[in-house]
Amino acid sequence: MKSWLLADSPASRLQANLGQLYLLLRGFFRSPLAVIGFGIVCALLLCAAFAPWLATHDPYQQALTHRLLPPGAEHWFGTDHLGRDIWSRVIYGSRMTLLIIVMVAAIVGPLGLAIGIVAGYVGGWVDRVLMRITDIFLAFPRLVLALAFTSVLQPSVESAIIAIAVTSWPAYARLARAETLMYRGSDFIQAIELQGASRLRVLAGHITPLCLSSVIVRLTLDMAGVILIAAGLGFLGLGAPPPQAEWGAMIADGRNYLIDSWWVATIPGLAICIVSLGFNILGDGMRDVLDPKTR
Amino acid sequence: MTQWFNRRSLGAGIKACALQVSMFVITILGLLLVTFVIGRVVPVDPVLVIVGDRATAEVYARVHAELGLDKPVYQQFLIYLYKVMQGDFGTSVLSSQSVARDIAAFFPATIELAVTGTLIGVLLGVPLGVMSAVRKDSLLDQVVRVVALVGYSIPIFWLGLVGLLVFYVKLDWVAGVGRIDAVYEYIIERETGFVLLDAMLHGQWDIFRNFLSHLALPGALLGYMSMAYIIRMTRSFMLEQLVQEYVVTARVKGLSEWRIVMHAFRNVLAQLITVIALSFAYLLEGAVLTETVFAWPGLGLYITNSLFAADMNAVLAGTTVIGVCFVLLNALADALGRFFDPRTRSVRT
Repeated sequence: MKSWLLADSPASRLQANLGQLYLLLRGFFRSPLAVIGFGIVCALLLCAAFAPWLATHDPYQQALTHRLLPPGAEHWFGTDHLGRDIWSRVIYGSRMTLLIIVMVAAIVGPLGLAIGIVAGYVGGWVDRVLMRITDIFLAFPRLVLALAFTSVLQPSVESAIIAIAVTSWPAYARLARAETLMYRGSDFIQAIELQGASRLRVLAGHITPLCLSSVIVRLTLDMAGVILIAAGLGFLGLGAPPPQAEWGAMIADGRNYLIDSWWVATIPGLAICIVSLGFNILGDGMRDVLDPKTR
Repeated sequence: MTQWFNRRSLGAGIKACALQVSMFVITILGLLLVTFVIGRVVPVDPVLVIVGDRATAEVYARVHAELGLDKPVYQQFLIYLYKVMQGDFGTSVLSSQSVARDIAAFFPATIELAVTGTLIGVLLGVPLGVMSAVRKDSLLDQVVRVVALVGYSIPIFWLGLVGLLVFYVKLDWVAGVGRIDAVYEYIIERETGFVLLDAMLHGQWDIFRNFLSHLALPGALLGYMSMAYIIRMTRSFMLEQLVQEYVVTARVKGLSEWRIVMHAFRNVLAQLITVIALSFAYLLEGAVLTETVFAWPGLGLYITNSLFAADMNAVLAGTTVIGVCFVLLNALADALGRFFDPRTRSVRT
């Protein structure tokens, strides 16, 4: 199997691609940090998927007789000021976090990629106009603009997602444009053009796949930042409305009980740290493998 | 020949400069357009905010006209631009003062935080980043990298709360929330708006000490954020330089390690200055969350408080001011980079 994957002269395209993938994966799993990051992100996915089974209590069930209980056998991470089980709320909160980052990535990645490769490939005034717009958005303070946007859109998860997406796409447009410029003049693109391929075909079939890997690495690294901004918006009360379990908002809940009941604010914060750390090291690991400069 | 050459490069320089300035103006206009649009689509009726919901239709119509809301949208934007140029952001509903005055009162506190953070970040981050690159993969490098990694993975508002719990509540090493203790609020002579300067100018040393005790925790936190970013960038810049051929040549010639590092460092200086200017800009906005946690009366706290009072004039003005600073710092970073690094001068964007 291994020798088939690493054959010098692969018999089919499939064999060559699988061999390439095998090498990438081997490089990736050789770095212990990257594996830890991968594990954390997988754990987040599993928590979100199996939340009803992992949670020990109903995350919305209030029990005022059980408020602010310290961590123990019945409530692993204690309870908050309304007697809700914090472990269960943290587990359910992973769904909110995952929803936000998946939606932001789904909006920002394709949008930035499209703007960047069109600007880079078409060039001329299209490029100039698109890049000026990108520069304008790139020069904006992210969190403050997200604050202003959510104020217009009424606090909700959707508006948090839109606000973060609006302030995040320019970096991807820049990246995709730089990559496109690198490939645009290369021989193989000119060969395809000489064969009569349409612009759309060159863009969609040949340039986009080449830009994908760096955009994906950037997205992974950025997810840590997105989690932090989303948590910040939640903390300020501009994220998911109560009683939804959202990590940032849970920290805000615990703020008033910090002195006597440290666990209410501390535990959701730890969850945010771990997940954002996971994305950071996963992204670093992926960059080390995918970036041709360091390969 | 040389004359011709000089004139040509001067012309190119002026052209590049003009391009930069026009780019800057366009970016600011774009920023104002965005805040203007936000202000127009906001679900709060600006007229109702002023007249209240019991006003007669006549009063409503008069205020509506006074605010220029009956004019076409592009004219409204021009009026908005004209007013902003004059520093007129309207009146704050919350404080019933002019927003510009409010901002002048709140802004120094944010600057205090950002300057402290940047100072700590630069003084610790640059040496650590350089050492980490020079001793790559050593224990020191591993530790520094983890410290930096944690720094940009941690939610700052949470770290602030934990810091308050540990250093204020449990250990009592620092003062709690706020900028100075409430008792000093009425004693302090206000002149520059910067507490440290005011206290020094008037010899109020107890206020000086009290302020430092309040500043220590939020300043250190922002410093940590800034340090994490600066370490990461310094390390990667230095690593890039240390494999260059001139470093190999210097080694072959038998230069001391210290001299080699200084050679390499000289070459990352330009990039580093850009990074420091950017980190200052990030701190200006990172201060929003820190100020909320520490009840620090800066622009971030002003914006969030106004947000919940639906005081849109104040929110948009705050956003504009931070945005303009951000754009300015970006442009400054660019210009400094060009000035210190001749290699980037010929690159046209």
